[in-house]
Amino acid sequence: MSDKMEDAGVGTKACAEEFWRWKEYRHHDESIDWRDAQIVSAGIDIGSVSSQAVILVDSKLFAFSNQRTGFDSPESANKAINWAMEGTGMTLDDIHYTVGTGYGRVNVPFAQKAITEIACHARGGNLMYGPTVRTILDMGGQDCKAIRCDQRGKVEAFLMNDKCAAGTGRGMEVFADLLSVPIQDVGELSLSVEQEPDPVSSTCVVFAKSEASALLREGWPKNKVLAAYCAAMAHRVVTLLERIEVEKDFAITGGIGKNAGVVKRIEMELGLTALQTRYDSQIAGALGAALFANALEGKRRKS
Amino acid sequence: MITGGIDIGAKTIKVVLVEEGKILAKSLVPAGLDTDAATNQAVEDALSAANLKKDAVARFIATGTGRKTCPVTDNEVTEVSAAANGAVHVFPNCRTVVDVGAEEGRTIRCNEEGKVIDFAFNEKCAAGAGTFAEGMARALEVSLEELGPMSLRSNEAVPMNAQCAVFAESEVVTLIHNKTPREDIARAVLDAVASRIISMVRKVGFAPDIALIGGVALNPGFIAAMKRGLETEVLVPEEPEYVGALGAALSGI
Amino acid sequence: MIANYGYKDGSGDFFIAVDTDKCDGCGDCIPVCPGKVFAVGEDPHDPLREEPVVTVVDEQRRKLKYTCSPCKPDRDRAPLPCVQACEPLALTHSW
Repeated sequence: MSDKMEDAGVGTKACAEEFWRWKEYRHHDESIDWRDAQIVSAGIDIGSVSSQAVILVDSKLFAFSNQRTGFDSPESANKAINWAMEGTGMTLDDIHYTVGTGYGRVNVPFAQKAITEIACHARGGNLMYGPTVRTILDMGGQDCKAIRCDQRGKVEAFLMNDKCAAGTGRGMEVFADLLSVPIQDVGELSLSVEQEPDPVSSTCVVFAKSEASALLREGWPKNKVLAAYCAAMAHRVVTLLERIEVEKDFAITGGIGKNAGVVKRIEMELGLTALQTRYDSQIAGALGAALFANALEGKRRKS
Repeated sequence: MITGGIDIGAKTIKVVLVEEGKILAKSLVPAGLDTDAATNQAVEDALSAANLKKDAVARFIATGTGRKTCPVTDNEVTEVSAAANGAVHVFPNCRTVVDVGAEEGRTIRCNEEGKVIDFAFNEKCAAGAGTFAEGMARALEVSLEELGPMSLRSNEAVPMNAQCAVFAESEVVTLIHNKTPREDIARAVLDAVASRIISMVRKVGFAPDIALIGGVALNPGFIAAMKRGLETEVLVPEEPEYVGALGAALSGI
Repeated sequence: MIANYGYKDGSGDFFIAVDTDKCDGCGDCIPVCPGKVFAVGEDPHDPLREEPVVTVVDEQRRKLKYTCSPCKPDRDRAPLPCVQACEPLALTHSW
């Protein structure tokens, strides 16, 4: 979560039993009075691992929440929006239009429309990183998306890889588990090597894991094995990006965007620095969905 | 003349000694951590089983993923030629060979002499080979040996969506949570591996007879899944895991 | 938009690219495909587009290597039926 949100006194739910996992959080902007608004719109991103709700008031970010997805998508959607609305006095009836996105997008019970995460990420990324962003890499829990978009956030080229665990948060979890390193420490630890080792040669997570086990037996320290894996993941993602042709400016969203060990190595291989944003990089999809919801409500009122 | 075939696979090393087309002895040793030591062990085991000294063997031919670094070899053949050669020796009418090992799967179309006409590979992805079934067996908390017989007791085909071995493991866990019978999950797992292999059979162009070889052909559930998918009978040798080594030994004559 | 449907795994890249600016949604690729890979409908990645467009169905997206393999023998490969059927030249395969 960004410094700005901490300053704003964002409430975080304590999860003592799973302290090594990322924390859930919510935020709302008290300076905005939603009761005066023309259009209140919402976007719900139900991912395989995390779910976000974003509420816009006349296309300004008013509130959001980020939490883990439960077993049941509709329930996760309800929880996400209720937590985002918490303490604002807003109820579901006050939201004029809701768009669902992500893996569970068709299971958002109160949404008027479902839009793919590709379209939503481009739209959300356009607001988060500004209209100069052309290439967005989203590294989620179970997929990896590469999107090229224009100055209005319209998709020009994309690919989504959700078939293979390599290059996803899930692949990283397998390694965190193998090495008994908390997931949030993987990036920094991998950067603590004196010299960059050769990347793990297998792409497949299953085979890479056997390769890493062999390296550990050879006596490699954990940080070196992690460096070899982060480098392999970075390389794999760069080859994915090349298919859609990387154009400046470049940004990384999603959970792995918070792993410096992967991000720095992607930047090095691309020769580009990823844009920073004051928004949380995990809300891109939900934010884009809420922007579409705002546009669709506007269109509905005109017709 | 006696020749020896050494098949250095990802999980196991197989050695077969052959004279006049007849198998004199065979051995199998887990690859373990030190492949060279395991290879030497496998060669020694085969020699002592045949009561032979090493110099009685005219030549050793290596095959398998580790064939390039084999410590005892006079020559090498690709896994594809070795598989075709061995399969046609065992089944003279075999024209399509399906060879599925721990980390690789391949389909081969060959002629009556065991010469390769066309082949397709699945490598570097655990989804199309034995490792996939192994991972799912782990998720089901059964041994790999139990998975096949278990799948044969299935009453219902359930779909499996995940293609990746890592994602499929969570899907298996979800299916268990949802009280799907384990027998049905086991069948779904083996059907998934078989369907990938069958698409490779179609790629090389299916010609009867078809033989299944390699370690995964020991799995009765996989054999059943292949029969279902291909809608035809399939030939399976008694010891399918040795066919590659046999083919290598025969190519040394 | 260049919509890349498919995946990359350890064994290679398997993408079907649809150029949605060229695709007129005629659906001629659908009946010629033995693997039932294509569908025509609303563009899922461009909610503001009105015209129908071709997409790769979800059930096939993650196994194109296998689904397409019968059309892709290593030798004597005939032109791919889907690519041949597409008059506006909107379809390409990465492998």
